Amino acid sequence: MNWRTPRTGGLALLAAVILLLPLALVNNYWYEVAILIGINAIVCVGLNLLIGYAGQISLGHAGFFGLGAYGSAILSARYGWPPAAALAATTAGVALIALLVGRPILKLKGHYLAMATLGMGIIISIVIVTEDRLTGGPDGMSVPAFTLFGMSLAGERVWYWIIGGTLVGAVWFALNLIESPAGRALRALHGSEVGAQVSGIDATRAKVGVFVISAMFASVAGSMTAHYSGFITPGKVSFFHSIELVTMVVFGGMASTFGAVIGAAALTLLPQLLTVLKEYEMVVFGAVMVSTMIFFPRGLLPSLMLALARKRK
Amino acid sequence: MNRSGFFRFMQRGLGLAAAVALAGAAYAQQEPIRIGAFLSVTGPAAFLGDPEQKTLEMYVEKLNAAGGVLGRKLQLVSYDSAGDAEKARTFAKRLIEQDKVDVIVGGSTTGETMAVVPLVEAAGIPFISLAGALVIIDPVKKWVFKTPHTDRMACERIFLDMRDRKLERIGLISGAGGFDKSMRAECLKVAPTYKVQIIADEAYGAGDTDMTAQLTKIKNTPGVQAVLNAGFGSGPAIVTKNFKQLAMNMPLYQSHGVASKEFIKLAGDAAEGVRLPAAAVLVAEQLPAGDKQKTVSVNYKKDYEARFKQDISTFGGHAHDGLMIAVEAMKRAGTTDKAKVRDAIENTKGFSGTGGVVNMSATDHMGLDLTHFRMLEVKKGNWTLVK
Repeated sequence: MNWRTPRTGGLALLAAVILLLPLALVNNYWYEVAILIGINAIVCVGLNLLIGYAGQISLGHAGFFGLGAYGSAILSARYGWPPAAALAATTAGVALIALLVGRPILKLKGHYLAMATLGMGIIISIVIVTEDRLTGGPDGMSVPAFTLFGMSLAGERVWYWIIGGTLVGAVWFALNLIESPAGRALRALHGSEVGAQVSGIDATRAKVGVFVISAMFASVAGSMTAHYSGFITPGKVSFFHSIELVTMVVFGGMASTFGAVIGAAALTLLPQLLTVLKEYEMVVFGAVMVSTMIFFPRGLLPSLMLALARKRK
Repeated sequence: MNRSGFFRFMQRGLGLAAAVALAGAAYAQQEPIRIGAFLSVTGPAAFLGDPEQKTLEMYVEKLNAAGGVLGRKLQLVSYDSAGDAEKARTFAKRLIEQDKVDVIVGGSTTGETMAVVPLVEAAGIPFISLAGALVIIDPVKKWVFKTPHTDRMACERIFLDMRDRKLERIGLISGAGGFDKSMRAECLKVAPTYKVQIIADEAYGAGDTDMTAQLTKIKNTPGVQAVLNAGFGSGPAIVTKNFKQLAMNMPLYQSHGVASKEFIKLAGDAAEGVRLPAAAVLVAEQLPAGDKQKTVSVNYKKDYEARFKQDISTFGGHAHDGLMIAVEAMKRAGTTDKAKVRDAIENTKGFSGTGGVVNMSATDHMGLDLTHFRMLEVKKGNWTLVK
């Protein structure tokens, strides 16, 4: 087995980091930060398949995240479903919605696709805010704890392992997808859609497929967030959260699964570290973002790897 | 992918994370009494969080200058949750786990507060919220208290005033925010008790810049005698302006959500004659000499305006009351032991704050009643007390 590929060595390294990280997590607050990183990373790994590999933009992924969160919340809190069943049903429901929405809008390209996904995200957000009988409206709603086989899963330390495990699974899935014929089809699409179609690739099918997968990633992460935090508000469904997710993918490095993970980690951790700067927080945050994009134009990880590779020669 | 390069990069990242974590742990080993706060200093609810933050900073300094509490200095640890419930929760966890604060005063909005409630209940730490809605204290939660009047009380106070003015059939117009929706629901609930009929019920969206259509509908509803607007932010100012433009010629009531000078500035002339329930601090100088809230209100206004060269709002006043209730409770308990401080807060009696005279009990974690919720009217661009 070659340990130098992302699919083996990279995945093993990620698993090792997740296994060893608790040694550095001195209290539940740092567990919380690690969990938030994990949740964002799961969404970003999915979103990166769409943006980085298939070359399609989505400014509406917070909508899927929100559908997942509220789907789980409503089914388990209002209708008394077991959380595991609620999670599965919600994920299936979101996949269906993504399929129905994806078919028409993925025929659009560039700015038009951005607009369409943006509109979709905002519509979901409006529905969640206004259907206050079900969703609790702008003030949000409480969500019961996740139970599995009669055991209640609560607390940061339990959720750390659940999220960590899910992240490894998500990365493993993404890495394998990229190396599969479907993944090569996606990359061909990114290079040239016409070229790909001429080579016999069903462009719409491939695009819709990856759109649905990335929506499911977001939905599962949303469901888990809802159960983990026990309370959700429409803030997580907002347009700004969608932008945040895209930024993480671009910051970490497009078309790099581990880049997406690092982007999520950096942009989740940074505000927590910078908050001690008070009013200068946003200035420093902006400066870090701008300089990263200037000095690491391909995103954090790919640019670093490139620099290291050059140095070695 | 280049494995060793990647590995080195991750190693460095891990080292950094560990260093930060250790620095954090070392930081937590000093002596002062820690007051934790998470407030919406930026974002859509900044008009709440900003005066709250300033007030807390100012009074922590003042208390320290006067020798601190229990012979110990106070230290304020505050984070900007930007109106985001998720951030509020993370910061609350940070306050509890990392900064090891003794009490939390904060939560500018109801959403932020409610997201944090399960954490403080589990950790067992006294938490005084600065948000409005009734759900925060009803049902009573062991560790959760609040200082502002509830939305239900605002409805009740307004309906009382309407009854005095013989206004029985009214139109209700409300926005899309959490505060707006919650207050609308409470008003609909308590209206029958005060024999007020709500015969028109209109809503506007979050970003709307013209409410003429909704107001026209209310105007054309036969028998409407007054209009009540449940909302905060810029919406109520636009409603007020449109109300004047349509020459509605009936009383307009706003909620305590607009109780800052900003509202009068935004609405301009149209604000004349608008009534709203608010804490006494807005009319500090106009309070009669014997009023229990006179001293505290006048002092707060003087301190705040001298320091920040800004008009006061009732929101900063809530933060003042929250901090003082916590400090008084620590003094009475003679310790910062969380359970004892909690009991002491629950036993707060006759505390005169900017929001009212607070009498808490095991069944009432707010301790305010309608007697100190003042009815104000805007006259010549200023708040005046309705006698």
